[in-house]
Amino acid sequence: MSASRPLDAGPPLAATVVARVEESPGVFTLRVRLDDPGAQAAYRFAPGQFNMLYLYGAGEVPISIMSDPEERDAIGHTIRAVGRVTQGLAALGPGDAIGLRGPFGRGWPLREVSGSDVVLVTGGLGCAPAVSVIHYVLRRRERFGKLVIIQGVRHADDLIWREHYDRWAKLPATQVLVAADVATPLWPWHVGRVTDLFGLARFDPEGAVAMMCGPEGMMRTAGNGLLALGLPEARLYLSMERNMQCAVGRCGHCQIGAAFVCHDGPVFSWGEMKTLLGRRGF
Amino acid sequence: MFPRTGRAGFLPLGEMPRLVGELMRLGYECLGPTVENGAIAMRGLATADALPRGLKTEQEKGTYRVTRDPANRYFAWANGPQGIRPHAFASRESLWRVARDTGGALSFEPVTVDAPKQALIGVRACDLAALAIQDTHFLRGGRVDAHYAARRAALFLVAVQCAEPAATCFCASTGDGPTPVTGYDLALAELAEGFVVEAGSEKGQAVFDGLNLPPASDAQLASVRTQGEAAAAAQTRSLPAAALHGALMSRLDHPRWDDVAARCLACTNCTLVCPTCFCHAEVDEVAVDGDTTEHARVWDSCFGEAHGHLHGFNVRPDVRTRYRQWLTHKLDTWHDQFGRSGCVGCGRCIAWCPAGIDLTEEFAALTAGEVAA
Ligand SMILES: Cc1cc2nc3c(=O)[nH]c(=O)nc-3n(C[C@H](O)[C@H](O)[C@H](O)COP(=O)(O)OP(=O)(O)OC[C@H]3O[C@@H](n4cnc5c(N)ncnc54)[C@H](O)[C@@H]3O)c2cc1C
Ligand code: SF4
Ligand code: SF4
Ligand code: FES
Repeated sequence: MSASRPLDAGPPLAATVVARVEESPGVFTLRVRLDDPGAQAAYRFAPGQFNMLYLYGAGEVPISIMSDPEERDAIGHTIRAVGRVTQGLAALGPGDAIGLRGPFGRGWPLREVSGSDVVLVTGGLGCAPAVSVIHYVLRRRERFGKLVIIQGVRHADDLIWREHYDRWAKLPATQVLVAADVATPLWPWHVGRVTDLFGLARFDPEGAVAMMCGPEGMMRTAGNGLLALGLPEARLYLSMERNMQCAVGRCGHCQIGAAFVCHDGPVFSWGEMKTLLGRRGF
Repeated sequence: MFPRTGRAGFLPLGEMPRLVGELMRLGYECLGPTVENGAIAMRGLATADALPRGLKTEQEKGTYRVTRDPANRYFAWANGPQGIRPHAFASRESLWRVARDTGGALSFEPVTVDAPKQALIGVRACDLAALAIQDTHFLRGGRVDAHYAARRAALFLVAVQCAEPAATCFCASTGDGPTPVTGYDLALAELAEGFVVEAGSEKGQAVFDGLNLPPASDAQLASVRTQGEAAAAAQTRSLPAAALHGALMSRLDHPRWDDVAARCLACTNCTLVCPTCFCHAEVDEVAVDGDTTEHARVWDSCFGEAHGHLHGFNVRPDVRTRYRQWLTHKLDTWHDQFGRSGCVGCGRCIAWCPAGIDLTEEFAALTAGEVAA
């Protein structure tokens, strides 16, 4: 966040798409640059934080920041086209104008956990907040212990970035475990639930930090599984999703109990979310 | 605590236009009770002597009626559907504007508020308490809402002690009324012969000094106290304010949630009349030529379908989870956010519920008498 710009409800800053990458059908990455060079140079964020991306005439959506915090020339977002705004964003290409405000919220506790083993548990259709952590750790490999990447998908076809998983699996001190409830022929990984994989994961539960994102039911099961392995509750984190309109703790849409996900999260510790995680109606 | 010996003055009954006139002279648009669509609304007074007399209200579950006060007082009415909330947190306003040029480039521009100087005459203690909550929400350190701040700073609040609470009122139990305690510029209490008046702020003091009032007598001060005590004692509904925190979040599976869901129409009325609700939606309104768009915020409600919308999933898909969100937020998790309950006992959600749902009854049923003050 640039010092000159207060965290506020807007207006967004003008930004331009500098690159668009098709990741898999319906999933694309937009790299955008703030039009004001001073604002772009001053833009700082932490992995796990998000921006509000504005599509002209349609509105804003919360999207996690995917690029590395030390990358200065553009800000990366990987987006799944699911509805009105994201489908509109999908149609953009280099040179197109959007609005951006952010970054918002609290990111992953990466500073506090240097030296630890890092376990990432993700579920569902490509989990941008977790991928930003993977990139972050891999670029600063010496600062962390083992990296364990555990990903579950419902159907084998839902796994995006397949080649990334293949590549990460070959890196030293990095373990990749993937499970699909429903496999396809030639599916090289496990068939079953994410939690089946915990027995195969090699890390020091007492000294590790685990970060999860994905469907709340999966995070609840996986979180309990990790705690059962001996992971201390204070070292278990998760990223939450709720409807967001203001991103500054004002509009009330993202509340879960007393928490404003946009401001108090989206990253929470297990202790903060455990009573309401996956609880219908919150 | 109003009224304080040595601070309060006396304004004879016939001199009310002097007070209104002084505010008008200072450039305030003066708003007072006006009957609109069968209910009391705060609307502009054309002249200093236009403040109406003799209005009263009858309120009950799902019922609101304006009647005549036989004593022809100025402030015998209890609250209308809206208090101060729309005057600080506008029900609809543009936040920013975007223009798109022929090349597709976007330029963003903030919409600044030119807040009207408004004096609200007849503000109740419950609404002052609600405004204090809204101040906390919209003016939190580090994330001050410029629009709210501008409107708020332009308000002059003339509070009045409630002498005739409606049957729906329960501010005495929440600790927020019926006598104003803080948060006003001027406070009034209406006695048969006139008003006991006290200033509560610097700008209130300036108006007070300008009126050059004689001091209120000890007998008048005592009458104000007695009137406040009688108004508190006349309230029949209540909430155990001190015991609300944790009372509902620990009863999320209570069968009463199904019972109330069967009656609730999810019409959003309760949240739109509630003076403490802060939820709003943000929408884009494109001009017909397609070249400019306004990004506006509009009051929203947790009873609406869209409030909990996520792609492919609704956090609150049914009335049961929506009513439960409303009541658990208002009475319970509000404490974690604001250090108090979100209910100031104004009773509006009871009167304006077309299904006649009463939150004090629902709370009692949900806690089955296990939670008392
Ligand atoms: C903190 C956070 C980070 C996110 N990061 C990413 C990301 O990196 N990549 C990605 O593809 N998606 C991400 N999402 C989800 C993304 O915001 C939604 O897919 C998007 O808002 C859908 O908007 P739409 O207009 O296309 O869909 P519609 O279904 O047409 O939605 C209409 C409106 O509802 C709201 N809404 C709908 N779904 C969601 C949702 N899941 N979360 C929040 N608001 C929603 C938005 O206000 C949206 O404009 C994130 C959500 C949150 C809360
Ligand atoms: S919950 Fe009902 S009684 Fe309480 S402040 Fe809101 S509208 Fe008034
Ligand atoms: S969540 Fe519901 S009860 Fe809470 S402020 Fe919003 S509309 Fe009011
Ligand atoms: S998005 Fe508005 S309060 Fe969180």
